[in-house]
Amino acid sequence: MLRTLGRKVFGAIALSLFAMPALADQVSHFTLDNGMEVVVIEDHRAPVVTQMVWYKIGRADEAPGHSGIAHFFEHLMFKGTKEVGPNEFSAIVEKQGGDDNAFTTEDYTAFFQRVAADRLDLMMKLEADRMVNLNMSEEDVKTEREVILEERGQRVDSDPGSLLQEQMGAAQFLNHPYGIPVIGWRQEIAALTRDDANAFYKAYYAPNNAILVVAGDVEPAKVLAMAKEHYGPLPPSDKIKPRVRPQEPPQLAERRLVLRDERVAQPYVARSYLAPERNSGDQKEAAALTVLAELLGGSGTTSVLTRALQFDSHVAVYSSAYYTDVSVDPDSFGLVVVPADGVSLADAEAAMDKVIDQFLKDGPKPEDFARIKTQIRASEIYSRDSAGGLARTYGAALATGLTVQDVQDWPTVLQSVTPEDVMAAAHKVLNRNNAVTGWLATPEAAQ
Amino acid sequence: MMLRIALFMLALATPLRAEINIQQVTSPGGIKAWLVEDHGIPFTSLAIDFKGGTSLDAKGKRGAVNLMTALIEEGSGKLDSQGFAAARDALAADFKFSSDQDAVSVSAKFLTENRDQAMALLHDALVNPIFDQASVDRVREQVLSGLRSDAKDPSTIAANLERARTFGDHPYGSDGSGTIESVTALTRDDIIAAAKESMALDRITVGAAGDITAEQLGALLDTLFAGLPATGAPQPGRVVPMIKGGITVQSFPGPQSTVMFGQGGINFDDPDYYAASILNEIIGGGRFTARLMTEVREKRGLTYGIGTSLANFNHSEVLLGQFKASNDKVAEAIKVIREQWALIAQKGVSQQELDDAKTYSTGAYPLRFDGNSRIASILVGMQTLGLPADYPKTRNARIEAVTLDDIKRVAARLIQPKDLHFVVVGQPTGVVDE
Repeated sequence: MLRTLGRKVFGAIALSLFAMPALADQVSHFTLDNGMEVVVIEDHRAPVVTQMVWYKIGRADEAPGHSGIAHFFEHLMFKGTKEVGPNEFSAIVEKQGGDDNAFTTEDYTAFFQRVAADRLDLMMKLEADRMVNLNMSEEDVKTEREVILEERGQRVDSDPGSLLQEQMGAAQFLNHPYGIPVIGWRQEIAALTRDDANAFYKAYYAPNNAILVVAGDVEPAKVLAMAKEHYGPLPPSDKIKPRVRPQEPPQLAERRLVLRDERVAQPYVARSYLAPERNSGDQKEAAALTVLAELLGGSGTTSVLTRALQFDSHVAVYSSAYYTDVSVDPDSFGLVVVPADGVSLADAEAAMDKVIDQFLKDGPKPEDFARIKTQIRASEIYSRDSAGGLARTYGAALATGLTVQDVQDWPTVLQSVTPEDVMAAAHKVLNRNNAVTGWLATPEAAQ
Repeated sequence: MMLRIALFMLALATPLRAEINIQQVTSPGGIKAWLVEDHGIPFTSLAIDFKGGTSLDAKGKRGAVNLMTALIEEGSGKLDSQGFAAARDALAADFKFSSDQDAVSVSAKFLTENRDQAMALLHDALVNPIFDQASVDRVREQVLSGLRSDAKDPSTIAANLERARTFGDHPYGSDGSGTIESVTALTRDDIIAAAKESMALDRITVGAAGDITAEQLGALLDTLFAGLPATGAPQPGRVVPMIKGGITVQSFPGPQSTVMFGQGGINFDDPDYYAASILNEIIGGGRFTARLMTEVREKRGLTYGIGTSLANFNHSEVLLGQFKASNDKVAEAIKVIREQWALIAQKGVSQQELDDAKTYSTGAYPLRFDGNSRIASILVGMQTLGLPADYPKTRNARIEAVTLDDIKRVAARLIQPKDLHFVVVGQPTGVVDE
């Protein structure tokens, strides 16, 4: 609904574990002369189209001291150009019956509109216009900064679980910028200026740093012609550099933290391991980790953690595993255990580690492995029901260095994962010296 | 320049009609369903509502229907929890069970290649759930964990306060999940009774979309529901919202306050309902350009988001809104909302606002019908409201017919500044009970 912030949420990540491509013959891929990539996904079942423009600029690309500017700037993209007044962008889309919004993560910023298919030309015109002609007033920048401080208050400062996540991220990454939250630190958001925003815009918003994804009731040749007309004339920037970021040094010691807050009702243990991501042409290890997350915590009934902690014993009321497969640099593989009433966090964590140790000895059960392979195959079918979802899958992949081919290879790579692959990845990643453990606790629960 | 000309032309374009073909299916056994056939992708989405939901909890058994719903997938027929989940996952079928104040809802997704097996499994879950004591105890702990979290969640605290003030002793006046005490006291027999009373043949609404023909769906319905009881518990009666204007503050730690505001709504059968729905769209619908988003967020930066909705339940209706704001900004936000309420009640809205809301609403409507799962759920919603199957073809004309005079009349009648009540959960500066 609102201009929002992409972030790692336990549940949300689990849902995207099997983000699948469309059938290859539904997808076309072009590159304009100015370097802008274009992906078209056809779905002719309803007269609807989604346009997304993805910029390869995210939180982790910001200058030190300017945390949150990528997300702040995402909001400012709605503040008007010479042709379109402040906030008029959304008004125009809404007058056409469309919805529009945007989101920012560590690695990218994306803008989208969902409209009737015959309004695509106008959407492209508007999106191309604000790629180069943004013209925001001092007053609008000031008011929007207040909105973002409210957003931070709502999403992070009012939610102890989000605060723990922020602290764990900061502990996980000693050197890599993923350690700073996407929305930014409060004092740095408060200091961002219009000049900062304009400098950021000039440096990163250009066709050769952008990907256009159009999904819905459209013909690829017509989309390409339209894209050439609207985006084609925009000049590429010569300032776009490869995204080389400081990397993590070897982790030598376990990292642990406890966040106590009077607003916590249900304490839990979270564990986050540093884990490799999908790389172009090399997705095998990430596929093994995806299957591992599904085996350990993908089902509320049959996964390894759930069975051990909720059925064979009554240590937990909830357990889960998640893995971030799409990112520019290594990110995280995580576990969460919510203890049953009367079970301490220490006991819950010990039980969780016992399950992991046992899994590392025993490996997956053949029937669990077979079941997950069936679900991967079915996900390919179900994913085709949402053209907008497919647009996100392609956009996120291309904005983090993967190719259309990588996206289309992904189901096959997942299907080819063997139990041995899973165990090799598990032994490499599930190591407490490679991890952060966080406790979300009540003030009185001194354990 | 070009841009504005293009806009002008599009504004004159005829609004889209939803070209969706709804078939009304009656099974050989007499069960009715609506269907949108689409053989593009080899799976089917099914949405089922059993009318009543948590409002059918027996006296003293608050939370029974909610806990029962959470237990449906925990084993049926010869299968225990693990066996059921393994069977479902081996078919790659997806079943979701939920309940609210008006329905127990089932949404299912299954592949064409194993449709019969998937439906046999769902049938077992609906008709032969085992509700074994171990599962009851395990899932009860999950519900209790949720209730403990709710007790410290400002949004839930605000919703519960608002609910109680509006609906009193009616089932709508309390949380359908129950309380720590009521859920702790529920027995296996209570769960079995809740299933019988809330999932019966006399209260079924079905929507289906995807790779299935009318004939196949008809056969499927008879098999799926065979063995359900013919009747269940009576539905609760109507309730008139008891909202009185003012402010209720509930102290809660944190940098922001969560605010819910509300007053009485308008019945779906009221001739002015369409005008009222457009009016709500203008005040606080889902658009960035809605009146309250403009006044509270865009102009003043007092919140990240604010919205309102016409909440039409089976047995009552209210107009509700919500926002979150820093504690020192709540007083100003409330003042702005009250000013807008008074202004709209007195003067209505502008022609431009009406035109924009209409083009949005008529343009957005056909966009809803994309994807089998969305369509199946919309089909259930339409039937619940008593709409005809050709409604998607006539709906935009009803919106188009709303005039500025209609809006002015409905604003004067619906928008009641003296009845507007705010529940504030937080530590707001300069806001006290009134």
